[in-house]
Amino acid sequence: MSEQILETVERPPTRMTSRLDGELMEVSMGPQHPSTHGVFRMNVALEGEIVRKLKPVFGYLHRNHEKIGENTSYLGSMPYTDRLDYFCSMTNNWAYALSVEKLAGIEVPERAEYLRVILAELTRLQNHASLIGFLLSDMGAWGTPLMYAFREREKILDLFESLSGSRMMWSANCPLSSPSMPVSPVRCCAHVA
Amino acid sequence: MESSDEIKARAKAAVPGAKIDIVSNPGPANQPSLLIDNEHASAVARFLRDDPALRLDFCSNATGVDWLDRTVKKTVKVKKVVDGVEKDVDQTTEEKIPGYLEAVYHLYSMTHKHGPVIIRMRTADRAEGARLPSLTPIWRSAEFQEREIFDLYGVRFDDHPDLRRILMWDEFEDYPMRKDYREPDDYEFEPTPHDDVLEKAKQHYNPRPQLDGAENITPRNEAETLNG
Repeated sequence: MSEQILETVERPPTRMTSRLDGELMEVSMGPQHPSTHGVFRMNVALEGEIVRKLKPVFGYLHRNHEKIGENTSYLGSMPYTDRLDYFCSMTNNWAYALSVEKLAGIEVPERAEYLRVILAELTRLQNHASLIGFLLSDMGAWGTPLMYAFREREKILDLFESLSGSRMMWSANCPLSSPSMPVSPVRCCAHVA
Repeated sequence: MESSDEIKARAKAAVPGAKIDIVSNPGPANQPSLLIDNEHASAVARFLRDDPALRLDFCSNATGVDWLDRTVKKTVKVKKVVDGVEKDVDQTTEEKIPGYLEAVYHLYSMTHKHGPVIIRMRTADRAEGARLPSLTPIWRSAEFQEREIFDLYGVRFDDHPDLRRILMWDEFEDYPMRKDYREPDDYEFEPTPHDDVLEKAKQHYNPRPQLDGAENITPRNEAETLNG
C-alpha cells in the first residue's frame, strides 16, 4: 500500500432516480446480459420500455495489461495483446508489433508485411462473420443465425489452427519476423472463399 | 506541421506567463512533448485547440506516468589542475529528484489531419499535491481518460465533471498503476499454494490438520483466523 492514501472523493449517488421520478424503474443491465457481450454494465432508468437515463459502468474486462507489461519483455507481452479484442487477435498483435518496431527502429522484411496484411484480412473476415451473427442475435433471432455465422467462421479458424496451432489467440506476429507459414496463404484464401 | 519549438514559442506568446518546456524523447520514435505548468495549462490547451494553424481538436489518449524519487547521475568532463597539469577529469554530480505524477495527452487534429502533439503536466508530489487541472472542458474525450488516471494513479483533476473510479470498483483503495503498489496477499484464493504464494498464504489461513500430510501451516499469531 502506498504510504499516504488520499481521502475518497465524494461520490455522486449510484442511484439515478429519486422519489420524485415515480414512473422510472431503475434496472442494472449487468455484464451477464447477452447484448453487453460480457464487457460492461449499464444502469438504466426505464419508463416502460423507453430508456430515460443511462449510466455506463466499466471495468469488467480490465485486466491491467499496462501493469503486467511493466514486468514482461516486449515479446512476452504479445499474447496479452491477443486477448484485448479476442475477435481480431492478429490486428492487435500487428498494432503492438508496429509500436515496438517504431520504438526500436526495426525494419520489417517485405514478405512479413504482405503476410501480415493477408492474415489481418482473414482475421477481419472472421470478425465480421461473427459480427453478423451477434447482430442478428441482438435483434432477437435467438441464436440460430449466430451458429450459422460461426459455422462459416470455423473455416477460417481451421486455417488459423493449421498455421499456428491455436484457433483464436495466436501470437504469430513477433516484432522481429514474419509469422511462419507452412502452407501458401493464397491457396488457403481460395479454400475459404 | 510546426516543430515543437515553434509551437512552444507561439503558445508562450499567446498565453503570457505560461512556462512551457520541451521534454525530449531521444530514440528512433523521437516524440518530444511539451511540459506545461499547471496554472496556465487550461489556457495553453485552449490555444492549442483553437489556433487556426494547429487546430488540435482531438485528444486521442491521456495516460499517467509515475515517477518515484530518483537520483540522476551526470558525468561531465571538467578541466582541473591535477598535480600541476591541467587535465580533463570526469566529475560526477548526483541530483536527487523528488517523485511526481504526470499526465500525458496525445493531441491530433481532425481538420488539418496532423499530429500528434504531446503535452505533459506534472504534479507537485505523489501525495497531497497530486492535483492537476482537468482538460475535460476543452476536450470532451479526456473525461474518461482522466477518470482512469485518477483511478489508477491517484491524480485529482480539478474541474472534472464526474471524478470517480472507472475501472476498479468504487470501494477500492490504493492506486494500482503506481510503481510502489503492492497487491494484497489474499487477493486470489490458491488451492495448493507453494513457494512464495505459500509464504503469503501462511499468514492468512488456519493451521491445516496433520492428517493431510501437508506441511504445517500456522498463522502468525493465535488471534488470526480464516476470516480475521
